[in-house]
Amino acid sequence: MDYFVLVIAAIFVNNIVLAQYLGNCPFVGTSKDSGVAIGMGLAVVFVGTMAAAITWCVQKFLLAPNDLGYLQTIAFILVIAALVQFVEMFLKKVIPPLYQSLGIFLPLITTNCAVLGIAIICQREEYSILETIIFSTASGAGFMLALVILASIRERLDLTRVPVSLKGTPLALILAGLMSLAFFAFKGMAS
Amino acid sequence: MSRLWKEFSKGLWKDLPPFKLVLGLCPVLAVTKTAYNGLGMGLAVIFVLTMSNLLVSLLRKLIPAKVRIACFIVVAASLVVCVELLMQAYAYPLYLQLGIFVPLIVVNCIILGRAEAFASKNPVYLAVADGLGMGIGFTASLTLLGSIRELFGYGTWFGMQVMGDWFEPFTFMVEAPGAFVCLGLILAGMNALTNWQRKSKGLEAVTGPVHDCKTCGMCATKPGA
Repeated sequence: MDYFVLVIAAIFVNNIVLAQYLGNCPFVGTSKDSGVAIGMGLAVVFVGTMAAAITWCVQKFLLAPNDLGYLQTIAFILVIAALVQFVEMFLKKVIPPLYQSLGIFLPLITTNCAVLGIAIICQREEYSILETIIFSTASGAGFMLALVILASIRERLDLTRVPVSLKGTPLALILAGLMSLAFFAFKGMAS
Repeated sequence: MSRLWKEFSKGLWKDLPPFKLVLGLCPVLAVTKTAYNGLGMGLAVIFVLTMSNLLVSLLRKLIPAKVRIACFIVVAASLVVCVELLMQAYAYPLYLQLGIFVPLIVVNCIILGRAEAFASKNPVYLAVADGLGMGIGFTASLTLLGSIRELFGYGTWFGMQVMGDWFEPFTFMVEAPGAFVCLGLILAGMNALTNWQRKSKGLEAVTGPVHDCKTCGMCATKPGA
């Protein structure tokens, strides 16, 4: 039951984009087309989960025993960068169709603050390895949900006439604000 | 000298990072609940950005092109760890307020974007001027956004009471939705200003900066690019 609450909290209550302000650049940048949004969302779910699990192990077995906690930031970002490279090469070699659809998003993931953010949140909340995996997958799913909703709205907006100064990024941000307001309704369901 | 001024001043208005280049949005939205937090975050970014530009520019001939992004990340991450430790020692309340966004400076697109687009191609003095200018522009933007949100959300500015007793705090502004809407309106205002200037020169209206992954600068991380 606790795990269920964790999932609901990560997707709806503390949505990574709309409530925690993480991963906003790709959120605004890749939400023009819902196909692209789905690809980016899947890449975040995939890499985010792996990165959180591996950084959890790095922290637990490498940094903590050697009293190197202050190196967390450097260690995590290097692990994520290496992981992204590795995943890219692996997919290219082993699952070419998946690489075709996710490949172009993978390099962008290294500097996606959602991925590093999830890993750091898991450490700060002192989750166990199982909780880390569940939380990071759910957070990635929350990112994907928000991204796909925003992309769908923006696809429709392309057909309407809006003031020229609002077009593009400003309107996307205001839309994100309204979505965030809607997600506010979930506050209080779980902490 | 004029070149130096040009590189410094472009970050202050022409390429103002959050509002004109639309870079590094996460901290812009997240830590601007109050003007003080925005200013603190900005100062941390000035330090990291200037130092990373300095180091990247110094090392630009030594770093092999193929692994340059990884090297930039290591430089930025080391500097962020310095900032984290300094803040823990001298500004602990601020460190707690900014929370997770202090370590996340390392993935702020501005740092890597400037390292890739500018510092890795230019001499040290220009790189430092660029970093300082961009950093100050970033800080000013964060402080502005923080001031607006704090003023309407709490009725205070830098913790000082500004609004009178009649003022009912507009809590929306200090929560997540307010951050998005406020930034969106500021960007729209910047676009409107640009269009007004262009109109008076007899030029056509433009839609302002297109923000997608092509203009982000970080797409240089793509192996193919």
